[in-house]
Amino acid sequence: MSTVAQTEQNHHEHHAAKGFKRWLYTTNHKDIGSLYLIFSLTMFLIGGAMAMVIRAELFQPGLQLVDPHFFNQMTTVHGLIMVFGAVMPAFTGLANWMVPMMIGAPDMALPRMNNWSFWILPFAFAILLLSLFMEGGGPAFGWTFYAPLSTTYSNDNTALFVFAVHIMGISSIMGAINVIVTIVNLRAPGMTWMKLPLFVWTWLITAFLLIAVMPVLAGAVTMVLTDKYFGTSFFDAAGGGDPVMFQHIFWFFGHPEVYIMILPAFGIISTIIPTFSRKKLFGYASMVYATSSIALLSFIVWAHHMFTTGMPLAGELFFMYATMLISVPTGVKVFNWVATMWRGSISFEVPMLFAIAFIVLFTLGGFSGLMLAITPADFQYHDTYFVVAHFHYVLVTGAIFSIMAAAYYWLPKWTGHMYNEALAKWHFWLSLISVNVLFFPMHFVGLAGMPRRIPDYALQFADFNALISIGGFAFGLSQLLFVAVVYKCIKGGEQAPSKVWDGAEGLEWDIPSPAPYHTFSTPPEVK
Amino acid sequence: MSHSGLLKKLLLIVVGMFAFAFALVPLYDVFCDVTGLNGKPSLDVAAKSEKVEASRTVDVSFTTHSQRNAPFEVKSRQYSVNVQPGEMAEVKFSAKNLSAQSRVMQAVPSVSPGKAAKYLHKMACFCFDQQSFSANQEVEFTLVFYVDTELPEEIKELTLSYTVFDISEATANNTVLAKQKAG
Repeated sequence: MSTVAQTEQNHHEHHAAKGFKRWLYTTNHKDIGSLYLIFSLTMFLIGGAMAMVIRAELFQPGLQLVDPHFFNQMTTVHGLIMVFGAVMPAFTGLANWMVPMMIGAPDMALPRMNNWSFWILPFAFAILLLSLFMEGGGPAFGWTFYAPLSTTYSNDNTALFVFAVHIMGISSIMGAINVIVTIVNLRAPGMTWMKLPLFVWTWLITAFLLIAVMPVLAGAVTMVLTDKYFGTSFFDAAGGGDPVMFQHIFWFFGHPEVYIMILPAFGIISTIIPTFSRKKLFGYASMVYATSSIALLSFIVWAHHMFTTGMPLAGELFFMYATMLISVPTGVKVFNWVATMWRGSISFEVPMLFAIAFIVLFTLGGFSGLMLAITPADFQYHDTYFVVAHFHYVLVTGAIFSIMAAAYYWLPKWTGHMYNEALAKWHFWLSLISVNVLFFPMHFVGLAGMPRRIPDYALQFADFNALISIGGFAFGLSQLLFVAVVYKCIKGGEQAPSKVWDGAEGLEWDIPSPAPYHTFSTPPEVK
Repeated sequence: MSHSGLLKKLLLIVVGMFAFAFALVPLYDVFCDVTGLNGKPSLDVAAKSEKVEASRTVDVSFTTHSQRNAPFEVKSRQYSVNVQPGEMAEVKFSAKNLSAQSRVMQAVPSVSPGKAAKYLHKMACFCFDQQSFSANQEVEFTLVFYVDTELPEEIKELTLSYTVFDISEATANNTVLAKQKAG
């Protein structure tokens, strides 16, 4: 035993270099997980600041603070930052931290690639953010970069956007490959497929979605690049191309992408709900199958983003029914979560509060999604604030809330300290109230016809927009509380036991808090 | 499976999907050709109509617009014609080069609703060829077309739209010509 401890000690000294180099050269999954999470939080705040600019401009009708071109850059870069900089790296960070610990592996399978996949990310976002300061400004064509906005009508800095997206794509593909190899090859003896924690399952499926569609996004931006700079005509009718084809290629990536941003959230919620209900998860196998069917269905629904492009009736019907079909496996999941809570001895710690809010509000976002799936209704809702309300319910109160829940759930394991419960509860309640003040009225202005991505609006929307902006500022400020909670928790606090939550299950709770630099150097036995 | 074996397989998927994104381009064209979905009518000279279906008529309207800075003004003499399926129709278009230089024009036809595209047959059309203009020249074109008797009953009117492009520079290095042939 002492020799094992000795070698572990040597390992420790060997790997953990001091200062900046420790982080730059690290191949340790916990270090890289932390880097991803800190990076994601930084991006969340930057993207959030852009949302504040948008809401400040929309506080009153008329053009107040920023010029329309800058407003367009804000909506575009806000979307890109939140999707590729905040949500996706946060999930990759959680996967880095938790997947090896949950399956009893010593580290990720490809640690050097892991280092590389994180460290190219800051460069991607530096390119994207710094393009805002160049002459002519950054990308202003929406995060969906529809041709010809991104080809004919964009400025010369578009190349920077394209390269930034390429690097983000390469980073997430490497991250996904790493997750797959780790899960397939490094499970502890006895950890069979149907014993995998659901977070691991959902991430495995997400990783397959990532390697299937991120290359398609890379293809789409490459075509934009060559159309704009090298005289090709993929999307230009003058040369025999077709701008509608851009939308097909983009959404072939884009729809699986939205599931990439929600499937790991399902895994997190499926982990947290049983812990605080003190019951086993209801319907484990059906959760696995539901997640897989959602992933498969995501490939055949892309054109529901394009109902107004003049598709034939047969196409509209197909994509409408296929889209509605997705609510079946999603309904199975929601049912299972509620059934898990049913007659459980529930306690309301902060991770559980976020998880319950997730179930209610994500389902609400799902319902507005069903409304949008109805083709004839979509002609009215298309490109209005109703769409904005829908995807912010599934992404903010869905994906972001699940990330918050995960952070509170595992923070004591990561830092070894309990977080400040009172401050965390303030964070939850302020976020919950303000997020609804922010996004709920958007349904109404959307149904009444307010278009999205426009810096001005008709006078009848003034009161609602003032209210929405107040909600926005409150939600933005509330997130500073989260930063404070995390900072305080890293610096100190009550010592956390190895099993932080009495109802928790899983290998990660067998190791001490904070988790040592190296865990499961000898694989645990899973019964 | 070994790490590197699995890694190679996954990388193969990545490369395959990147190629698939580009494969979507020809696949999209084939799909649209087969189904006639995006309103791209054929650029081939059609055979003469064989029979006329006198029981119904179809309104065919014409619209043209010049793309970006193409210095051409193309107008149909008639706003629309009312034809029986199978009946030959002739429509005159006047076209003018608005610039003081000689230019080359290409018109690209499109039919709306899209699924009517394959039922509109053109026997003579200025869109079949590139049209050269001297400075400020004015030309009259004749379009000869008929609507197929197979045209679905529910389509009672359709629009033939021409988008006019200035391809003077492109013809200088012959790229568009090659593309047109390939397409």
